[in-house]
Amino acid sequence: MSSSDGGSRTDSRTEVLRRVRQALGGTSDGGAPGEGPARGYLTVHAQRTPQERVDLLAAHLADYRATVHRTDAAGLPAAVARLLAERGARSAVVPRGVPREWLAGLADVELLDDAVPLTARRLDGVDSVVTGCAVAIAETGTIVLDAGPDQGRRLLTLIPDHHVCVVRAPEQVVDSVPQALPRLDPVRPLTWISGPSATSDIELTRVEGVHGPRVLDVLLVSP
Amino acid sequence: MSTTYLGLPTFPQAAASATKDTQLRANLRHATHTIRAKRAAAVAELADWAELRAAGAAVKDHTLRHLDHYLLRLEAAVSAAGGTVHWAADADEANAIVTRLVQETGESEVIKVKSMATQEIGLNEALAEAGIRAYETDLAELIVQLADDRPSHILVPAIHKNRSQIRDTFRDRMAQWGRPAPEGLSDTPGDLAEAARLHLREKFLRAKVAVSGANFMVAETGTMVVLESEGNGRMCLTLPETLITVAGIEKVVPTWQDLEIFLQTLPRSSTAERMNPYTTTFTGTTDGDGPRTFHLVLLDNGRTDTLADEVGRQALRCIRCSACLNVCPVYERAGGHAYNSAYPGPIGAILTPQLRGTGTPLDASLPYASSLCGACYEVCPVAIDIPEVLVSLRERVVEGGEVTRAGVRTTIRPAKGHAAERAAMRAGRWALDHPAAWGATQRLATRTRRLHPRRLPGKAAGAWTGSRELPELPARSFREWWRQREEQAGGTAGRGPGAKDGQQ
Repeated sequence: MSSSDGGSRTDSRTEVLRRVRQALGGTSDGGAPGEGPARGYLTVHAQRTPQERVDLLAAHLADYRATVHRTDAAGLPAAVARLLAERGARSAVVPRGVPREWLAGLADVELLDDAVPLTARRLDGVDSVVTGCAVAIAETGTIVLDAGPDQGRRLLTLIPDHHVCVVRAPEQVVDSVPQALPRLDPVRPLTWISGPSATSDIELTRVEGVHGPRVLDVLLVSP
Repeated sequence: MSTTYLGLPTFPQAAASATKDTQLRANLRHATHTIRAKRAAAVAELADWAELRAAGAAVKDHTLRHLDHYLLRLEAAVSAAGGTVHWAADADEANAIVTRLVQETGESEVIKVKSMATQEIGLNEALAEAGIRAYETDLAELIVQLADDRPSHILVPAIHKNRSQIRDTFRDRMAQWGRPAPEGLSDTPGDLAEAARLHLREKFLRAKVAVSGANFMVAETGTMVVLESEGNGRMCLTLPETLITVAGIEKVVPTWQDLEIFLQTLPRSSTAERMNPYTTTFTGTTDGDGPRTFHLVLLDNGRTDTLADEVGRQALRCIRCSACLNVCPVYERAGGHAYNSAYPGPIGAILTPQLRGTGTPLDASLPYASSLCGACYEVCPVAIDIPEVLVSLRERVVEGGEVTRAGVRTTIRPAKGHAAERAAMRAGRWALDHPAAWGATQRLATRTRRLHPRRLPGKAAGAWTGSRELPELPARSFREWWRQREEQAGGTAGRGPGAKDGQQ
C-alpha cells in the first residue's frame, strides 16, 4: 500500500484523494454511500425449461465456433477419446480433479496431471487439455472456469491448442450473466470463455485462433 | 507530460489531410459500417437494453460521487489479496512507478496487453528511455508497433490498414523485433494471425513481467476484470511472475454484482458479440496460479480535474466500447489520427480536452470535431450525452472560465482566434432573448434568400463552406408556416409555440 516514487513529490495518494474530494465539493455526502442505484433490468431474458436452456447454450457456443457435442455419462469416455483422436492428440494435460472415468476410453495418449506444476514451455508441447467447468451461461454462450480441481491452473487451458471442456447439463447451465455471478467466487481466478480465441483486427475479418486454444470442443453431458 | 503532442496540427488541419487519403477513407467506411450493423443486431437481442444502459450510467455516477470511498475500499481489498497499490497523480509519475517496478525485477523487457491508459501516458516511450522494451501483444497493437505507427481506433487500432499493408509490415519488420515472418507470407487474415501467433509465442513463454490495463476494478473484492478476444490478455495475466496493472481511477465499480450490467453491455456495444471470447478476473495473487507479484497503479492524470466539471464529468463513465466512433460521421471521414490522442472519435473529443485541458490549439479544436448530430449519445451504453459536453467545452474554449487543472482551481482566458465566434454567440444569445428581433431577422432572411451567397465570405467562415454548400433558406420560417396553417384552419385553439411571434 505504498504511494509515490521517491521523496520529492507530495504523497500522491493523499493528493489524488484531496483532488477527488475537492472535485466532488458539495455533491459528495462525505460518508459511506447508501444503497446503490436501482436496477430496472432483467435477470433473465426468457423463461426456459432446462432443456431449452441447454439448447440455447449449444446454439450460442456454436455461433462463436466452439464445437458442441452431446452425450450422457455412459458415452462420455468414448466421446473424449474420439475428440482427442480427431485432433491426432498424442498428449493431453488433465487436472487431478478430473474424474478418471472420463479418460477410460483413451489409448496411446500420454496423460499429464500437473501434480508437479508443468512449465509453460512443457505445456507448449502438449496437444490437448481436458477439463470440467464451474458454470455455463446460455444467453451468452459462455463457459466459466474457476481453477477448481477439475479445471486446474489457468495456463493449462491456455497453452495447448485444443481444449475439451465438459459441462454437466443441465445443472451447471444458467440462463444469464446475472444468474452466473452469484455462483462464482471472485477470490478465485476466473476465465470466461465464449468460443475459441479470435481476432477481427485485420479488415474486421474474424479469424478463430490467435493465442489461446484454436479448437474448443464442448461436451454437454446429461446424467 | 510525455503525452502532450507538441506542435501537432489542430483537428481541422489533420482531418483535412486525412480526408484526402482515399485508402484510409475506404478502410474506415467499410469498418465502421460493418461494426455498426452488427452492433445494432447484438443490442436488439436484449429487450432490457434501455434499462441496462440506465443502470450502467447510474452505477458509474454513483461511484463517481463517492469515488474517494470506493478507491479506499479497492485499495484495502487489493492489499488484503496480496497486491500492492500505487497512486499516480499524473503520467510522469505513473511512468516512473512502472519503470521502477520493472527495474526492481531485473528484467529489461515486458509484454503488454492492449491498454488505453498506458497509451495515454506514453508508457512504452518512457520504458524505452529507461532501456526497457515493451512488446505489444494485441494483434492490432502489434501491427501498429511494428509499423512505427499510432493506433486510430479504440477497439481496432489498425483499422486504417488493409491486409496487404499489414503483410508488408510483418514481412519487413518482424525480424527486428523477434521471430521473423514466415517465408512467402500471404495477405489472408488467417495467415497473418498465424504469423502473429508464432512471433508472439516465444515472447509469452519467456516473459517475466507483464503490464496490463483493466476494464473494471471491483471495490468490494479487489478484483481486476480484463476483457479481450485473442488470448494475449490471458497470456500476459497468467504467465509472467510479475504483473503490473495501470488503470484510471474511474474504472472502479462498487460490487461484484455490478459486473452483471457491464458484462452484458460492453461486449455487445463494442465488438457486437454476446460475449467476447475471453474475460479474465483475478483478485490479488493466487498461490500456484499466475503471477506471484501484483502491482496496481491507480492513475489520475486529469481525471479528478474532469470530475470537478459537473457537466463534463459524465465522460468518466466511459467503458471504452468505441461504439461512438463507429457511428460518427466526422470520425468516419477524418480517421482516428486527426484527434492526436489515445482517445479518438466523439468520446476523445470530450475526454482529451478535459484530461489535458484546452491549453493547446489542438486540444481547443477537439470540441469542434463534431457536427452535434447526437448519434454518439444514442449508442453510448452508459448514456454519456456527448453533444452536451461538447457544447459546454466549446463555451469554455470561447469564453474561458473556471476550471481545475492538476487539482488547482484556476480561471482560463478565452482561447485565441475565437473572437468572431464569441461575437456570434453574444449576438445569438441576444436575439434568442429578444423574440421580436429574432422573428424579424428570420423574416428578413427568408425574403432576401435569393440574394444569399452559396459561400460565406471571410477566412474562417469561408473555410467552413470550402467543403460544403450553405443550406438554402426555406421560403417561410417555421413560425410563419405555423401561423398561416392555423389561420387557414380557421381555428384559434391550439395556437402553437410560435403564436406570440414578434408580439412582445
